[in-house]
Amino acid sequence: MSTITAHVRARLGDFALDVELELPGRGVTALFGHSGSGKTTLLRAIAGLERFEGHLKVNGESWQNTDKTLAVHKRPIGYVFQEASLFAHLNVEQNLAFGLRRVPAASRRIEMQQAVEWLGLTHLLRRAPARLSGGERQRVAIARALLTTPELLLMDEPLAALDEQSKQEILPYLERLHEHLAIPVLYVSHSLSEVARLADHMVWLESGRVRQQGPLQEVLGNMKLATQHGEEAVSVMDTTVAEHDKHYHLTALDSRFGRLWVRQLERVIGTAVRVSIPARDVSLSLEREQNSSILNVWEAEVVEISSLEHGQVLLKLCCPQQQAGKEPLLCRITQRSCDQLGLVPGSRVFARIKSVGLLE
Amino acid sequence: MEFDWQPVWLTLKLASLTTVFLLLVGTPIAWWLSQTRSWLKQPISAVVALPIVLPPTVMGFYLLIMLGPNGPVGELTQALGLGTLAFTFTGLVVGSVFYSLPFVVQPLQNAFEALGQRPLEVAATLRASPWDRFLHVAIPLARPGFLTAMVLGFAHTVGEFGVVLMIGGNIPGETKVLSVAIYDHVETLEYGQAHLLSAGMIAFSFLILLSLYLINGRFGRNGHVT
Repeated sequence: MSTITAHVRARLGDFALDVELELPGRGVTALFGHSGSGKTTLLRAIAGLERFEGHLKVNGESWQNTDKTLAVHKRPIGYVFQEASLFAHLNVEQNLAFGLRRVPAASRRIEMQQAVEWLGLTHLLRRAPARLSGGERQRVAIARALLTTPELLLMDEPLAALDEQSKQEILPYLERLHEHLAIPVLYVSHSLSEVARLADHMVWLESGRVRQQGPLQEVLGNMKLATQHGEEAVSVMDTTVAEHDKHYHLTALDSRFGRLWVRQLERVIGTAVRVSIPARDVSLSLEREQNSSILNVWEAEVVEISSLEHGQVLLKLCCPQQQAGKEPLLCRITQRSCDQLGLVPGSRVFARIKSVGLLE
Repeated sequence: MEFDWQPVWLTLKLASLTTVFLLLVGTPIAWWLSQTRSWLKQPISAVVALPIVLPPTVMGFYLLIMLGPNGPVGELTQALGLGTLAFTFTGLVVGSVFYSLPFVVQPLQNAFEALGQRPLEVAATLRASPWDRFLHVAIPLARPGFLTAMVLGFAHTVGEFGVVLMIGGNIPGETKVLSVAIYDHVETLEYGQAHLLSAGMIAFSFLILLSLYLINGRFGRNGHVT
């Protein structure tokens, strides 16, 4: 049921982009890569803002083939640029209305009122863009794009130009888009933690080529990717709520590896919850220690070991019951610990998880 | 000494009409120059800028030949039953549009180029067609450029002399504008009249330029796109 297929070949000076994509028509797909990997060029090509050779088909409709290219303004897309790029001659409300007015009333599925509420803009409608904070501007830009009722939402590092506080302010809005809308999103980012938090599907780009594309967990578990981003390496796991411990204000989640205790969640038992576990917050021991403050200890098997800079190593673990799983657990420890424990592929270990991020 | 207002009104009428036509002609040229990647961009820019460097007599001479009874434009206007445009007010408007064109095209082109592609790209992703983008994004955002262009086009037309003399001559009520009237007064040693008109021109030009700088100072602080 993949609904975006593309073959994009473009040349910009010395840089050559040659990418074949097959993306799901729902959820968030991250286009991930270093700066200069071609992710923004690819996004612009899909929007029609960059010329390319090849073809592009979205939801069964051809946006580009050898015969014709659909003009940008005829593509049912929403585009959020890295800088909010609000029209300076219009106030917030007029900026929001710009796209809305150009969509026939019959095909509008998102109303001004809704978008304004979702993105918390009610009190800003009369303001000029120059009098908004960076985070507010980006929220207006997102609402403006949504109001065109896009069939595909393209976001080019919408958080990159923002300070940490504005980022934290916007992330919840982006996460909630999931719940409100069934629109597929292409999200360009160079931050693994952002990708882990928002995406379901991932395309890893390097020097204008696709290194790997697939479900988020699979691509994040690629040791080459994880090694390159040792500091940020992270595992993402799909879990379900198993039980609540009211007395200690904890909730147990069932994962492929076993029980995972987290702070209490207001979720019904059986609800799906996605968690992220930073590789640097996993430590290893050879025995299950009883006297530890760490709640979550999983039995695991070392699959692969890879050296990082500065005397660190990255290990890929899977649960012993399953073969090299689709949802591996990544773990970063020092080379010295690895040698002292005598870890090699196949070793049985106990992984102790120090922190867990809840994603949905 | 009776003050003759006729040249003043004629000049204002000429400058106003010329400014209107300049905007109609200059805006598409400036837009095309700001957007094109064609090799024709530089040659066309050079042609538009010619009046800045040419002596007005050169322009006036060729305009006279073109508009005259044997010139291509002259033959056309005669065939249409309009007579020739040389030594008429209409001919002055035509000449002034050519003469002041760079003073309108260049500020507009600068304003359009300063916008960059981003606002237009944003508008395109918001379903605006090229024409829609031009009308509702480029023009409003280039407003300071339009003010500059209008003021410069108007003021430069008020100040023209050589072209007027060549193609308009000195017909009271038809082609005798301020600058020609001043020349006349000096020729006939009417220094009092010449002083009055000249001092008036200085004051007028100063006020126009001052308002231009004030306007640009105010708008210049606001970015185009945030």
